[in-house]
Amino acid sequence: MTLLKRGLSRRRVLQTGMAGIIGSGIAPLMFTKGAWAQEFCNNPTGDTVTFGLNLPLTGAYAEEGADEQKAYELAIAHINGEGDGGLISVLAPTALKGNGILGKKVGYVSSDSQTKSDVARAGATRMIERDGAIMITGGSSSGEAIAVQGLCQEMGVIFMAGLTHSNDTTGKDKRRYGFRHFFNAYQSGVGLAPVLGQEYGSDRRAYHLTADYTWGWTQEESIKAATEALGWDTVAAVRTPLGSTDYSQYLTPILNSGADVLILNHYGLDMVNSLTQAVQFGMRDRQANGKDFQIVTPLISELMAKGAGESVKGIFGTSNWHWNLQDPGTIAFTKSFGAAYGSPPSQAAHTAYVQALLYADAVERAGTFYPPEVIKALEGHEFDGMGNGPTLYRAEDHQCIKNVLVVQGNENPSSEYDVLNIVQEIPRDEVAYDPAMFGGELGPAEPAPLCA
Amino acid sequence: MFEVIFLQFLNGLDKGAAYALIALGLTLVFGTLGVVNFAHGALFMLGAFCAVMFRQLLTLETVTLDPEKLSPWGAPLEIREPLVQAWFGDFGAVLVNYSVPASIIITIPIMLLVGIALERGIIKHFYKRPHAEQILVTFGLAIVAQEVIKSFFGPNPIPQPMPTDLRGAADIGAFLGMQANVITYPIWRLIYFLFSFVIIGGVFAFLQFTTFGMVVRAGMADRETVGLLGINIDRRFTIMFGLAAVVAGLAGVMYTPLLPPNYHIGMDFLVLSFVVVVVGGMGSLPGAVAAGFLLGILQSFASMTQVKALIPGIDQIIIYLVAVVILLVLPRGLFGRRGVMEA
Amino acid sequence: MTVMSRNDLLLFLGFTVVVLAMPIWLHPFGAAYPDLLQRFMIYGIFAVGFNILFGLTGYLSFGHAAFFGVGSYAAVWSFKLLSLDAIPAMIFAIVISGLFALIIGYVSLRRSGIYFSILTLAFAQMSYNLAYSVLTPITNGETGLQLTLNDPRYLDRAMFEAAPGQPVPTLLGQSLGGFAGFYFCAGFLILAFFIAQRITSSPFGMMLKGIKSNQTRMNYTGFNTKPYTLAAFVISGMYAGLAGALLAVTDPLAGAERMQWTASGEVVLMTILGGAGTLVGPVIGAWLIKYFENIFSAINENILHRFFDFLPDGVDNVLVAISSKFVGEGWFLTLGLVFVLIVVFLPGGIMEGVRRIAHLFDRSRRSPTKPGKATPHPQPAE
Repeated sequence: MTLLKRGLSRRRVLQTGMAGIIGSGIAPLMFTKGAWAQEFCNNPTGDTVTFGLNLPLTGAYAEEGADEQKAYELAIAHINGEGDGGLISVLAPTALKGNGILGKKVGYVSSDSQTKSDVARAGATRMIERDGAIMITGGSSSGEAIAVQGLCQEMGVIFMAGLTHSNDTTGKDKRRYGFRHFFNAYQSGVGLAPVLGQEYGSDRRAYHLTADYTWGWTQEESIKAATEALGWDTVAAVRTPLGSTDYSQYLTPILNSGADVLILNHYGLDMVNSLTQAVQFGMRDRQANGKDFQIVTPLISELMAKGAGESVKGIFGTSNWHWNLQDPGTIAFTKSFGAAYGSPPSQAAHTAYVQALLYADAVERAGTFYPPEVIKALEGHEFDGMGNGPTLYRAEDHQCIKNVLVVQGNENPSSEYDVLNIVQEIPRDEVAYDPAMFGGELGPAEPAPLCA
Repeated sequence: MFEVIFLQFLNGLDKGAAYALIALGLTLVFGTLGVVNFAHGALFMLGAFCAVMFRQLLTLETVTLDPEKLSPWGAPLEIREPLVQAWFGDFGAVLVNYSVPASIIITIPIMLLVGIALERGIIKHFYKRPHAEQILVTFGLAIVAQEVIKSFFGPNPIPQPMPTDLRGAADIGAFLGMQANVITYPIWRLIYFLFSFVIIGGVFAFLQFTTFGMVVRAGMADRETVGLLGINIDRRFTIMFGLAAVVAGLAGVMYTPLLPPNYHIGMDFLVLSFVVVVVGGMGSLPGAVAAGFLLGILQSFASMTQVKALIPGIDQIIIYLVAVVILLVLPRGLFGRRGVMEA
Repeated sequence: MTVMSRNDLLLFLGFTVVVLAMPIWLHPFGAAYPDLLQRFMIYGIFAVGFNILFGLTGYLSFGHAAFFGVGSYAAVWSFKLLSLDAIPAMIFAIVISGLFALIIGYVSLRRSGIYFSILTLAFAQMSYNLAYSVLTPITNGETGLQLTLNDPRYLDRAMFEAAPGQPVPTLLGQSLGGFAGFYFCAGFLILAFFIAQRITSSPFGMMLKGIKSNQTRMNYTGFNTKPYTLAAFVISGMYAGLAGALLAVTDPLAGAERMQWTASGEVVLMTILGGAGTLVGPVIGAWLIKYFENIFSAINENILHRFFDFLPDGVDNVLVAISSKFVGEGWFLTLGLVFVLIVVFLPGGIMEGVRRIAHLFDRSRRSPTKPGKATPHPQPAE
């Protein structure tokens, strides 16, 4: 059914014919569908176009996944001209008309990636092959993002990464077909270090607990570099398996290690668990080296802060975006999202929403869905109004360069959502860096691969 | 260095007690009734959700809207009034505060019913069936239980706060007359440790010193002869299964403040409990307890930076490595009997 | 033993036709797209191989996913280092997973029963945890091992200019995406099935069945059973390695998740669900579980509404509300219920159901007085 509905590529028909066993039975049907219709992967022929949402709906990052899903639904409604239009009116410059993309209505299919790279990749393959997705987006882990990004390069489908914070996504493992709006670990380090220096002084001894995968390593490395530049010592950096539930055996050695700061390079549920358990170990009531013991969470979101409850109060970290910002873009998004779902959006939701809009805008500007043209439209694109100030989609590594927020757990929350305070907005010039720093190679855009 | 090792040992004891308690319920069913119970993790999870449910009942609120104040998206702010405090005043507040330990009261009857219903409804037909079929049916049941919980409570973990008086860490070092503020340990973990001891001791005493326990032990050794003596062994096995469910459920309840439960929490402990039971030796309660402590302590020490530097990745595999070594050296685990579940 | 019996031949031919025609007969079920079809083949091979160990000897391994994962890693490394061609990758994967199975099997088979299961589980979990952490230089950890533009690929470089673009595995220069990939995998499934069939009916297979029914007696008759079980273990590990390699051929990424105990558990469930000890059963079990995972999980309320469209409005909504609990995200619930129902009512798995139905027909066709006599089993049962 799906085979016939979608029109087949010349290559697919050839392959099927060559394999030749069933070809004779249904071939007449295939040729009537116009075998030349598709000169790139999933060229939309009807009056609709499909986004493939790859979302971690279960697993350690499930909360972020659920929030991303809401944001995508909202973005798609806005692109189609439904609802209050959200950020379409504040995006500058904009080519979006609120009538879908190039006049085609946007629909979506989704897949639960379970916060696992393997599953994410299988889900993306399914959405491209079976459901004809023109673009894949979403995800909440760098492992997923890198795995799916590689696949999208092979298939010739654009990947608009969701929440992924590893330096590798737009560094070592960058791809021509992959784009990231979210900031990265290096920018967290550069943004956070001055605030840490100011609050905790330059004579500190840090102990890292790090989630044992690509994001954790790059964050550990970046934060270590930034804090050591401040004059801090690193006592130890211990790797913990992703998705651990009990951190007690990693926490006990910290107590008498001579460290006076604990840096948790964890995210999602891992962070909620490790932070809660660290506080249960009395770390925040301790003294070490004559100073108050401190905990730092370099990357934190409102969802995690909510999950950790009391434990997060007063703790410093960085965020890509926060709904408490006062620019028109943020106000518009918070209003739309809150009205639709009754809670403010998280940073994961924001990045998801913006990515969907930016893709739609780039296609409008390119005037075609042909991926190499869309890539050109996105590369080096400068825009404003999406809540992060003026932003550049850098052509060299497909990383967005924009302001970074330093946040702190709110001591006196006024509501259950008011869990983080913005301490400082670091201007984008201070967190920009040389794109060659993290290596990697984008690879070619053309010839656009035909997803088989 | 002494403090570090002492603390790690303490952590190992604490983990070991948790492992032993979690494995205890399994060893009653798997090690003694001979049923490969893949639903054990689900029973642990159901216990944890008894605590969640109890707390949700206690924290029911009346919601009124305040049109004066608006949220950032323009909806009126909600004002919530807790019901239990409104009805019972201070006692209500104390009850909410101690909701986790208090929920034991409802957990015991609920889990007993679940266990008995499970045994009567399905498991009893499987005592003589091959292990493969036991695995399939109990795994199926576990999935059903998980999905039902998921559809009621959602997929995300639900944090269960511990009582305010029991938060933070206790200074054990000072208590033992050592330097203050060096050896501290979270109070709730110490409580879990003591709780495990009480439950494990209780189960031991029950099986060792009551007539019921004697009959069950006899039935395990030779079911037919006990049946010929005119004793209704089936009914006792049912009660044993119920007891196992209660033990698994209680382990789950008390674990909730340490790890916010979600529908999947049981699966995380399933493999671990099987390893503990098998390393301890099939059919041996003391074996399961000893194995729990052994694995807990080794796991704790393997996670130390110094040890990890020596053997990279040892903290990730130590449990399985120990299991392999023990099973190769001692064919039936620590205290296993000959001929149990070897075919 | 050189000629196949007529029944075996019929079964083999029937199986071949059913497999090759899958893109046609799976159309109405919405499952005839290449990615899922490839998975049907791959997990079919995995289950057939698992059955050689479990179905024939009764040894329940809980760590077979390790061989599957090792096969995947080996295949991807062959793509990276040697050539993008599938053939060297598969040979390399089968050899490596066979060696791995030999080591693990040699140690684990020193114990039997549940102790054997836990030993295999422990080895697989160790492999998984190490692949996830310290073995990252080999496995690329959580992200999974991928092909990159600057892989050395010595054999390819020596022979051709590198093609531009993201490297993808090929077979003698022909791309293996889409349906070509399916037929490639289908060929291996048919081959795997054929070999399994021959093994089952060979003296070696008889020996294994003897071990299952009574190992002690086998030992007393003077047989050393260990070489036989070890051979079965290694063969079944090589099957798993082949399946893992095929998964890497169709999608060149190897992730550690495919070695986790849940993956080992999945193949156990596939085999038991279909019918352990039968030849076709494990394959059907694998297809059923993969179908549930991919199709049932993708059904959402819109599709249900369309499905129940013909009913009056109120009834329609009620039915959608009830059935939506069992599809989409709730597909796991349906799977759980299927497990319970099948094992309670059809202890031998799906194949026992097939056998019973066949039996029923037989009885109604022939004289009801001698039901047992003329009922050829549809396949060599254990």
